[in-house]
Amino acid sequence: MPGSAQAGIIDVLIHVPAARFLPTTLLAALAVFSSGAQGPTAAPYTVLSRDARRPLPARVINGQEMFALDDLAKLFDLAVREDTAAGGITVSTKTQTIVLSPGQGLASVGGRLVSLPAPPLRDGRAWFVPIDFVPRALAEALGTRLELRKPSRLLLMGDIRVPRLAGRIEALGALARLTLEVAPVTPHTVSQDGNRLIVRFEADGLDATLPTSPVPDLIQGVRPSEQPSAIAIDLGTKFASFRTSDVPGDRGAGRILIEVLAATTDTPTPTPAAPLEPPPLLDLAPAGGLRTIVIDAGHGGPEEGAKGHDGTLEKDITLSVARRLKSALEARLGVRVILTRDRDEAVGLDERAALANNNKADLFLSLHANASVRPAAAGAEVFYLSLDDYGDEAQRVAQGEGEALPVFGGGSREIEVILWEMAQARYIEQSAALARAVEGSLRSRVPMSPRAIQQAPFRVLVGANMPAVLVEMGFITNPEQEKQLASDTFQNNLVQALVDSVVAFRDLPGGNRTAVPAAGNPRSNEGR
Amino acid sequence: MSRRAAAAVAIAAIAIAAGWLLFVGLPRWYGSRPLAESAAARNAPAAERKITATLYYISEDGLALVGVQREVPFGEPVDQQAQRILEAQLARAPAPLSSAIPETTTLKSLFLDGNGHAFVDLSADARVRHTGGALDELFTIYAIVNALTVNLPAITRVQILVDGKEVDTLAGHVDLRHPLQKNLKWVRAEDKEGS
Repeated sequence: MPGSAQAGIIDVLIHVPAARFLPTTLLAALAVFSSGAQGPTAAPYTVLSRDARRPLPARVINGQEMFALDDLAKLFDLAVREDTAAGGITVSTKTQTIVLSPGQGLASVGGRLVSLPAPPLRDGRAWFVPIDFVPRALAEALGTRLELRKPSRLLLMGDIRVPRLAGRIEALGALARLTLEVAPVTPHTVSQDGNRLIVRFEADGLDATLPTSPVPDLIQGVRPSEQPSAIAIDLGTKFASFRTSDVPGDRGAGRILIEVLAATTDTPTPTPAAPLEPPPLLDLAPAGGLRTIVIDAGHGGPEEGAKGHDGTLEKDITLSVARRLKSALEARLGVRVILTRDRDEAVGLDERAALANNNKADLFLSLHANASVRPAAAGAEVFYLSLDDYGDEAQRVAQGEGEALPVFGGGSREIEVILWEMAQARYIEQSAALARAVEGSLRSRVPMSPRAIQQAPFRVLVGANMPAVLVEMGFITNPEQEKQLASDTFQNNLVQALVDSVVAFRDLPGGNRTAVPAAGNPRSNEGR
Repeated sequence: MSRRAAAAVAIAAIAIAAGWLLFVGLPRWYGSRPLAESAAARNAPAAERKITATLYYISEDGLALVGVQREVPFGEPVDQQAQRILEAQLARAPAPLSSAIPETTTLKSLFLDGNGHAFVDLSADARVRHTGGALDELFTIYAIVNALTVNLPAITRVQILVDGKEVDTLAGHVDLRHPLQKNLKWVRAEDKEGS
């Protein structure tokens, strides 16, 4: 067991599409554990902590990936007790108790409610919980980091360093270039060891997707090394020399370029002009000034919002998508994401915009589900603020006109006085651009309403001091859309589209973050 | 002297009060109810007198308002006419269209200020029986706003109240803290009338 034999060290974990590179130790462990689970099994997760790597079987029940509570109890030293009288299940850590109720997609963690994508289910004598129970409820009860990386089937525990790594090999004439993107930036060394190169990272493990080589005579292949937290590049017969350079990335990611040169009679050719900006491997391109994004899960608490025929509530859908979107944005773009609510509670419309303003958010995305008296109505819509009903004051603000106010010592000074409730007036153009980006991304993944972009005097948008849109994700009153909105697949599609739209907005030319041009406009630079 | 001065002040005060009662108070008192009665009496011979107004309903696909020409009882002065129009707007929608306003909603009162702003006070059902959708909320609001502003040029903006109070929104989306102006973009173009 070379990986686990070294205390505190975990070797490379490779996931799809390079599953054939899985270390034998891990494969053996997977085989043992997957044979133990009953019924339809999903690929197990691997729980990584500083001192161990342990498999955690997963099962798909009703289209939902689930962990057995007994497995979690063994791994995390939990006490699970079923209270048949009260009809609940309590999961106790040393300090906290989580209460689960059959039939309810909610967990109470020390009295605080968190939502789960599905209720706990019993199969025989065993109870199963959705895998999101772990990061949402268990992490809080244990007071530790539990990061679930679904694509790579990893569950990271505590302060373990497992950078994500993705690679690409290009043939560039007499050389082959391997680009490794790593997030976050991790110190590393590249050294030659016989007919291979070893890239070693200062990490506890690697979460890697490695490429196949189109130029085997220069690079035969890239695989996990026997050495911990390292990858090996097997060199081809034409290999003569190599060079390496680091390209600093943004958003906590970096690129390592390793160029393998062929033995030719010619003098080493200069590197041909490489594609200037290849597409990002980890989708971690520079964030262009987006640091903080506020996601507003519409409605909440007694204010349920719209309701579907089967009882699906808008407030639950918005919260579920908001949470998924937060994880996706944080993981893929490395931005700070704040939710206006992370539980089923009432939050005032003013408070929502104020939260974004006080955190100097760069974007405000309000998530809603639509409703119609007509069940046939369907499709997503994107709204940004209309100033028509806010009178001349809003127009004046939108024009960026300042106001001369008297100052101490006589005279006057041109300063900007904006009523808080008019803050959005200065961002109408950017909000329109954001709305177009969101609409464009949504269109490729979910059904759209015939009027997909609209302007309206929406209360939650008017006070936002940053580009802001309200997304109606679909009609909860349409029976088919109600099912879609409640499904993982549809919610994940929405999240993917919204992440894409943030990337598209970020990458707009001409500085999308610039406020409406205004002379002597102090607020546009404030704190940015 | 001081008694005479006090008497003079008292007389002046009585005169002012009497004058106010005569020229302001009584007309106002009678202006609301008896005036309406007299209007009804005046209209009695022409009880069937109607005007044609454009009212707004939700289209069959649920995605737009549709303007429909309908006959509405005549009313005078303009606040009376506004009331008749809104009562007609709140009534059942002509098939196959749907009402944009929750069906049990009633008009509690309607008054105009001197600036062309109408204040429309709806019963609580406008909120509690609403579908809760942002689009439906826009339709509810702009059916009312457009029914008044399109048919009565004297009304330029409409503020919607619920149970006599200002509200932030009807269903959590549309800002109702300000009077809203006519907006025909929610009305499907081919059906747009009376604009």
